Amino acid sequence: MSFLGKLSIESVPYHEPIIMVTLAVIAVVGIAVALLITKYKQWGTLWSDWITSVDHKHLGIMYIVLAMVMLLRGFADAIMMRTQLAVATNGAPGYLPPEHYDQIFTAHGVIMIIFMAMPFMIGLMNIVLPLQIGARDVAYPFLNNLSFWLTAGGAILINISLGIGEFAKTGWVAYPPIAGLELSPGVGVDYYIWALQISGLGTLLTAVNFLVTVFKMRAPGMKLMQMPIFTWTCTWANILIAASFPILTAVLAMLTLDRYLDFHFFTNEAGGNSMMYINLFWAWGHPEVYILVLPAFGIFSEVISTFTAKRLFGYTSMVYASGAIAILGFVVWLHHFFTMGSSANVNAFFGIMTMVIAVPTGVKLFNWLFTMYRGRLVLSVPVLWALGFMVTFTIGGMTGVLLAIPGADYVLHNSLFLIAHFHNTIIGGAVFGYLAGFAFWFPKAMGFKLDERTGKAAFWCWQIGFMMAFLPLYVLGFLGMTRRLNHTNNPDWNLWLYIAAVGAFVIALGIFFQLLQLFISFKNKDKLDDTTGDPWNGHTLEWSTASPPQFYNFAHIPHIQDIDAWTDAKERGDSYHKPEKYAPIHMPKNTSAGVFMSMSFTVMGFALIWHIWWLAAAALIAGIGVFIKRCYTSDVDYYVQVDEIEKIEQAHLAANAKGASV
Amino acid sequence: MSIRNLLKLTFTTIALMLAGCSGGVLDPKGQVGVDEKNLIILCTILMLIVVIPVIVLTLYFAWKYRASRDFEIYTPKWAHSTKIEALVWSVPVLIIVALGVITWRSTIALDPYAPLEGQGEHLTVEVVSLDWKWLFIYPEQGIATVNELVFPANKPIAFKITSENAMNSFFIPQLGSQIYSMAGMETKLHLIANEPGTFKGISSNYSGAGFSGMKFDAIATPTEADFDAWVEKVKQEDTVLTSDSYKELAEPTENHPVTYYGDVSDGLFHEILMKYMKDHGSMDFYSKPNNAATGMKKAMPAMHKGHHEEVNE
Repeated sequence: MSFLGKLSIESVPYHEPIIMVTLAVIAVVGIAVALLITKYKQWGTLWSDWITSVDHKHLGIMYIVLAMVMLLRGFADAIMMRTQLAVATNGAPGYLPPEHYDQIFTAHGVIMIIFMAMPFMIGLMNIVLPLQIGARDVAYPFLNNLSFWLTAGGAILINISLGIGEFAKTGWVAYPPIAGLELSPGVGVDYYIWALQISGLGTLLTAVNFLVTVFKMRAPGMKLMQMPIFTWTCTWANILIAASFPILTAVLAMLTLDRYLDFHFFTNEAGGNSMMYINLFWAWGHPEVYILVLPAFGIFSEVISTFTAKRLFGYTSMVYASGAIAILGFVVWLHHFFTMGSSANVNAFFGIMTMVIAVPTGVKLFNWLFTMYRGRLVLSVPVLWALGFMVTFTIGGMTGVLLAIPGADYVLHNSLFLIAHFHNTIIGGAVFGYLAGFAFWFPKAMGFKLDERTGKAAFWCWQIGFMMAFLPLYVLGFLGMTRRLNHTNNPDWNLWLYIAAVGAFVIALGIFFQLLQLFISFKNKDKLDDTTGDPWNGHTLEWSTASPPQFYNFAHIPHIQDIDAWTDAKERGDSYHKPEKYAPIHMPKNTSAGVFMSMSFTVMGFALIWHIWWLAAAALIAGIGVFIKRCYTSDVDYYVQVDEIEKIEQAHLAANAKGASV
Repeated sequence: MSIRNLLKLTFTTIALMLAGCSGGVLDPKGQVGVDEKNLIILCTILMLIVVIPVIVLTLYFAWKYRASRDFEIYTPKWAHSTKIEALVWSVPVLIIVALGVITWRSTIALDPYAPLEGQGEHLTVEVVSLDWKWLFIYPEQGIATVNELVFPANKPIAFKITSENAMNSFFIPQLGSQIYSMAGMETKLHLIANEPGTFKGISSNYSGAGFSGMKFDAIATPTEADFDAWVEKVKQEDTVLTSDSYKELAEPTENHPVTYYGDVSDGLFHEILMKYMKDHGSMDFYSKPNNAATGMKKAMPAMHKGHHEEVNE
């Protein structure tokens, strides 16, 4: 074994023009960004205010930036697949050979779920959750920074695979035996393993962090059943993460042992069995989809009740329905493989348990309906996303129940019907929710509102593009087209494949409008300025702070008496009042330990992928070294003094007085 | 684009979906497929009882209670109604109870492992998924084919399915259910064609680079005599499928042509199925360079002996 393990100049796919052009574009954009940062002398700010920040609001923004960059990457994969399938009809090979195409569909799935949806959800949770419960930060601010950088480390690894080596050609589930060493001897599956393992650790730590935050740091008076609904749905999602991500960690660890030390947990030699992997994978994988969608449900609840200027209908039902979904999410995993030969009784049990989830989900839909009932609905951008969701997700829920019936699944399993279904729920459910939350909380995080016109254009392009891209896939599923085909030879399918490809381009237009929206909004940020901190007449505590919030969130922590704590305070005339005196605020100091630890582990992952054992050992020791040093650092906190607080609060109250008089 | 146009688009698409489905799972040619199609239609109609009102009410409420219609009743604090809550919990519960009963019954009736009742004697076909082609062994006829499956219409077929290495899914959409093929394991599937014809057969589980070409024709002959004539034709071939020629066949190939084997060595399917078990308990397994895991050599033989005896029973 050489000094650089399996790594050599041959590992760079320089003979693949598509990859090389992509890398060139990434390099140009990267250099441009670096030059801009240098020009505006922002490297210092970037380091001290962002990279080393332990402020949950800054970390939240970084998570969302990561999610948006990964959305572009994952979407580029999507559009390549749709165009490939639109040109590779009637037996034509298309422009992507299986060697490349199979990596693309694997990367698309992993990126969209692990590096787009998860960071988006966790980013919104970071920004909003501590503010909603009246906390000054999360329970473990350093851990929060570490979690972000672990997630980013995983994302870095998966993107390195584009230029050095290859990514897995297994599908995003990476089932053995095809993910085993015999059928996947390259480094692709190893990239998959370490990208997921490192980011998965970050996600698990986030869940623990936010659970402790929610249980220990609520403002005085806030009972559990008075927590804002978004906080509740995030809490259920965090419980799911804490319970399910260790399963992913374990199953990936076993796959690692299979691939590195010839263990054969999941391959037949020496008595292994791939069915164990498939069971364990989905024991994590199914709760994972509820981890994605529950916070989105919370966002819709907040958006609809805020923009109808009404209390949320059936708060208690909503909390219990979310809990029911979370718990039932753990007893349905077998529906991902009804066709693996389980007995009829086992299949029927898991089918019925799956359908039962439709009950609490249906209740939620009705509760949103009755929240709108007798309200004053403002058709803002977040509301459009919410309405689009209610229509789209209902269809996705229906097709999901259909797939939960084993007899129907026997003919629809693995077909494009399934692809249509889960995009219907993940885009129409989770992503629409995050985009609603993005528009809703953007002024809170950034201090100015988003442009409405481009926001609406983005919504309509996404909504129409979604319908065009995915409803044809339901048809193709019925026509017997299975997933992950590289090319087709069936004239009956062509029309639907063309429509789907056009739909993907309409979604691309939606993404373009979103980028344009950001550009226009930044340009006009003086006009869109949110001076009051409460642009939508919000219900919950995050709207009581300035926009962007004071770095300590609350100078004086309010006493909570109602679910809609901020509405309640406004009605009692208890908003924007100056307390008799301020007390010094205890705050955590920024630290570079998180980024150094995570980058060490990322280097370790890279070294393990390429079998560079000395580097893996050195990076592991470095990471642990940084951690030990951090453990012995006592200079981790400070007090914000009263005069500084007075100054900041005075500005906020003055801006509000001005806002109120306008 | 108004919301109404969007809705129209949706329903048009759904209508088209149900209309133009020849050759797919909504155009079944066998009893299993027919039952599954009926199940899909029945359950979809049941669910539409909730789905349509939700979609219509969403759009109606969004229109009726929009901010500009300030003459509508406005109740900002109204957030609970026991009657409505009871209704919104009980309607989905009732539908799911109905669907649950249907699911329980249909899952037992459509169990892929259960022979088709009242259809007479089954024809046995042993199926092996290879990289990237399908091998069909007819143990009763003593022949084998690659990428072509022939059987008489109106006669039930009992498939015994396994895989050489990668996991695939054996699926003839117009006949009904599919089932995974997994190495070292046997899965079962029972299907019937109720009219003669040529149906597309595929793998519906991704298995590597040549997966897209892993297709076969499933041909239902009009009569048993036609089937027998076809068997005779295959028997004329001098090609023999033995352990050795199987190894050659198992090498990865893409878009493999239809191939006939006039004779098959006895118990080949069993041999493929048990190949991992055969290795158990013998030191041969660990003498192969790939399998010589550090530290496992000493610990494992005793354990493997137990397995070995079990297999020999």
